[in-house]
Amino acid sequence: MTDWPILSLVTFLPLVGAFFILVIRGPEEVVARNARSVALWTSLITFILSLGLWVNFDTTTADYQFVEKLEWLPAFNISYHMGVDGISVFFVILSTFLTPLCVVASWEAIQVRVKEYMISFLVLETMMVGMFGALDFVPFYMFFEGVLIPMFLIIGVWGGKNRVYAAFKFFLYTLLGSVLMLLAILVLYFQGGTTDIPTLTGMELPRSLQLWLWLAFFASFAVKVPMWPVHTWLPDAHVEAPTAGSVILAAVLLKMGAYGFLRFSVPMLPLGTDFFTPLIYALSVIAVIYTSLVALAQEDMKKLIAYSSVAHMGYVTIGIFTITVQGMQGALFQMLSHGVVSAALFLIVGVVYDRLHSREIARYEGLVHRMPLYAFVFMVFTLASVGLPGTSGFIGEFLVLVGAFLVDTWVAALAATGMILGAAYMLWLYRRVIFGKLTRADLLAIKDLSLREVVVFAPLVAAVFWMGIYPSSFLGVMEASVTGLIDNYQASLEAAKGLAVAVR
Amino acid sequence: MVYAAAVFLPFLGFLIAGGLMRFIGDRGAQLVTCGGLVLAAVAGVTAFVEVGLGGQRVTIELFTWIDSGSFELSWALRYDALSAVMVATVTVISALIHIYSVGYMAHDPSIPRFMSYLSLFTFFMLMLVTADNLVQLYFGWEGVGLCSYLLIGFWYDRPSANAAAIKAFIVNRIGDFGFALGIFGVFLLFGTVELDAIFSSVADQKDATIHFLGYEFHALTLLCLLLFMGAMGKSAQVPLHTWLPDAMEGPTPVSALIHAATMVTAGVFMVVRLSPLFEYAPIALAVVAVVGASTAIFAATVGCVQNDIKRVIAYSTCSQLGYMFFAAGVGAYAAAIFHLVTHAFFKALLFLGSGSVIHAMSDEQDMRKMGGIWRMVPVTYAVMWVGSLALAGVPFFAGYYSKDTILEAAFAAGSGTGAFAFWIGAGAALLTAFYSWRLLIMTFHGEPRADERVMAHVHESPKVMTLPLIALAAGAVFSGLLFYDLLVGEGWKEFWRESIFTLPTTTVLEDLHHVPGWVKLLPVAMAALGIALAYLMYALRPGLAGVLAGRFRAVYLFLLNKWYFDELYDFLFVRPAHVIGRGLWKSGDGALIDGVGPDGVAAATIELARRASRLQTGYLYHYAFAMLIGVVFLVSWYLFGLVR
Repeated sequence: MTDWPILSLVTFLPLVGAFFILVIRGPEEVVARNARSVALWTSLITFILSLGLWVNFDTTTADYQFVEKLEWLPAFNISYHMGVDGISVFFVILSTFLTPLCVVASWEAIQVRVKEYMISFLVLETMMVGMFGALDFVPFYMFFEGVLIPMFLIIGVWGGKNRVYAAFKFFLYTLLGSVLMLLAILVLYFQGGTTDIPTLTGMELPRSLQLWLWLAFFASFAVKVPMWPVHTWLPDAHVEAPTAGSVILAAVLLKMGAYGFLRFSVPMLPLGTDFFTPLIYALSVIAVIYTSLVALAQEDMKKLIAYSSVAHMGYVTIGIFTITVQGMQGALFQMLSHGVVSAALFLIVGVVYDRLHSREIARYEGLVHRMPLYAFVFMVFTLASVGLPGTSGFIGEFLVLVGAFLVDTWVAALAATGMILGAAYMLWLYRRVIFGKLTRADLLAIKDLSLREVVVFAPLVAAVFWMGIYPSSFLGVMEASVTGLIDNYQASLEAAKGLAVAVR
Repeated sequence: MVYAAAVFLPFLGFLIAGGLMRFIGDRGAQLVTCGGLVLAAVAGVTAFVEVGLGGQRVTIELFTWIDSGSFELSWALRYDALSAVMVATVTVISALIHIYSVGYMAHDPSIPRFMSYLSLFTFFMLMLVTADNLVQLYFGWEGVGLCSYLLIGFWYDRPSANAAAIKAFIVNRIGDFGFALGIFGVFLLFGTVELDAIFSSVADQKDATIHFLGYEFHALTLLCLLLFMGAMGKSAQVPLHTWLPDAMEGPTPVSALIHAATMVTAGVFMVVRLSPLFEYAPIALAVVAVVGASTAIFAATVGCVQNDIKRVIAYSTCSQLGYMFFAAGVGAYAAAIFHLVTHAFFKALLFLGSGSVIHAMSDEQDMRKMGGIWRMVPVTYAVMWVGSLALAGVPFFAGYYSKDTILEAAFAAGSGTGAFAFWIGAGAALLTAFYSWRLLIMTFHGEPRADERVMAHVHESPKVMTLPLIALAAGAVFSGLLFYDLLVGEGWKEFWRESIFTLPTTTVLEDLHHVPGWVKLLPVAMAALGIALAYLMYALRPGLAGVLAGRFRAVYLFLLNKWYFDELYDFLFVRPAHVIGRGLWKSGDGALIDGVGPDGVAAATIELARRASRLQTGYLYHYAFAMLIGVVFLVSWYLFGLVR
């Protein structure tokens, strides 16, 4: 089993499924039905395969595992190099875990161009998994940018009224950042003569170059995270995207930026990281407080959750740049937790959107009377979102704050206010939608969760509690890689300091 | 096994009643949760006998919870004398409240939901008091906050209930903010969050300093103050008390549970549990004492003018919690817990008794519309007397022992804060007796002020409600007498052992037995005075209260509106948060970032393109002219070039 190129299988299996869907011919209805089943089965098998990565993962080493390396363009020292470590493995699994759920969630919501929709999702899955598994800059950059294409289409074709504006805003913002990253990658290539990521990670670069490279990477990753003030594409993109699009956008695409920080900025550019850490802290703290307050004022459910995502990702960036075990593990955990919780919250909005075609908060009231099961599921994820102990949200947030407190008490204290504001906007949302009297005529006939919807939510609920009560099964896998990363970082800082002293 | 059962049986009851509510129905849910709680109470009392009286100490490790670098901790149940007292109190009171709820909520449409919430609430409280590390304490802490949110907002059709529920959660979160920072600080200082490890190294850190928000602080003082902030939120101490009176929106058994056994006592428990830290932070202890004493008097003044029967009792809880805190603040931790236990009995009794009144009066809660019903509800009337006697500290009832101990301890402390707490506490004792008898007289005596339809319907509650009341009444009579020697008597050190830590210099618990005679008599005299005053104002001269309220209208309104705390907070925090949020959204995100950023760039591009496109007019002579100019320019440039 372990001899199989399991990572490549997980990466490219969805493409095979997409190809099968592409060749389906026949009357529209039949095509749609077949496209759905093929997409579901492909993504399910991919998910089960990807679990092999977790089961066979060796938690004692910080090295890359399941490594595959093929010569690709030997003349330029470019290869197809794949592998995962404790930092990336869960993002691969998160991607494969959510894709089948997205397919099921779109089962009835998407009725036009079903074939193309399913193809987009499967291609998207390949791109996401490939991005997290790539260990060479060229495939990495291709996957990183490739993600944009299906997402752009999903928003632009199956989105809401204002979808074209949102799609372009999304595309331009993210592309602008990526161009600078491409420059940075080229510079690294000319410095190191290779695009191999592990090789480049060990390279020592002069300080001034590190600062510029750091900024170039930052431009790309900050947009993706998104950090304040380049976050404004997110609410628009979420509002216009179809439900499943929002799910992937929030759960996986936002993680690409933070993953970039962890994989490139911190290990490759330790001096740059050291220099710019205060900038990250400042922007993240602003993000936490600013977007929480903005979320409080929202009238659209999806926008509210989108803004809450920005606030939650603020914790992630704080955690990464504390360079402490607690902070970094907390950041990773927060990313996973946010992946599950925000996905679920967007699905929750999708449930009522499918029924009434409105996301306006004021449109709803007293849903608990007709939809008790829905109210329960919503409550679970509301609590996970506010970081109640026992749910996944708590572990990440708490560990990040522990790490932050060790480094800078101001950052910890200011970021911790997000705990209060987060509770305020989520409970306020919950109260307006779920509680109160039910008087509107069309709400009186609204139906509770269907079996299909229960099937979508059940694994997410289970994940939230599992991660909250027994997080060791995740933290243990991350530990070796995180401590390895921190050790290397400290060592190169020390070395640089020693050098500076010697020069003096 | 018994120890785990005491904690997890309520959880099991919650899972079954909550998860299978569609299958087991109302009766099934009641049976499961009440059965679970009664068994848990048996287990809890067993644990008290074995651990508390037997002197053994047990810690059950369940499994690892968080393990991140050196930040590692497990789910564990810790049973020492302090936990055992708390577990026994919580399970016994909660079991009685569960049984009472069967009768009280009989006509409610969502019985299984209610019963399962009650059990979950109890479970979180038990996790809190058996916590072996600060993070599990925090788990229980936030968990009870959640349950209070769910139960206060139980009748979710009412906007006021929803508002009160959110308020409870958020005000608690503000306290938890401090608690969380305190935990981080403890980890920074001690490198662990396990209680035993912290306690064993606390003496080494007694002079340590910590850098916090740009200043250098005495570490233990700062940490204790941060942790105490959490206690203030949970135990409704000024200025984080505003949620507690509003919590009355929940059904009455919930109020009883919140005020007696679970939730609000958590703050007191936490300060006592962390006595090894607080003992080394005298300034923090002084703050605890001052905050406690201030709350005791503040809440008592407000309690004197409220008209809602439950609100009076709610403010009385606030005030009594103040007593517990200043007891802890002067170093009499055992006295704080002793009062916690006796208070649990008589406060649960008062709440459930008032629930019985409300039940009899067809859900009327305003005391101005009651009166003259004492013959019709004899059991309720009798138990309310017992509860009030205990609350006011009339001799030989439970409150007498615990409250006197606290006041004597405050006096014996001999410090400035101790004296402050003592005099304030004595004053609050007068007010306590006053509002208790005001409540009794207004509710049960005088002319009936309800309409005839309501009066015709007044009836004694069913047995399932009165029996728990009688049980609690027995507790309110005897718990003081029974536990005095054990908890705060001469042998208190043998009982509490290492679960309460005091420095050798803290000797209030010995000294309080040697205070002057008048100190012992003062609280009783104050209580008698308060009762007499209430009797005068509400029974002998019923018009007097109205006259006084008219004469001192400003004072009256100030008290009636609870010192305007709610209005102040609304003005200072709630409104600005919404306004700022909206402002940041529209002008920050909308106008500034989008306006200058993507939309601005897009608009500029369009504008440029529009201007460029204007050059393409399509007229031949325009193009010909442009070409001519170009030729002229080129030729002249070339010629000038040649010349040079």
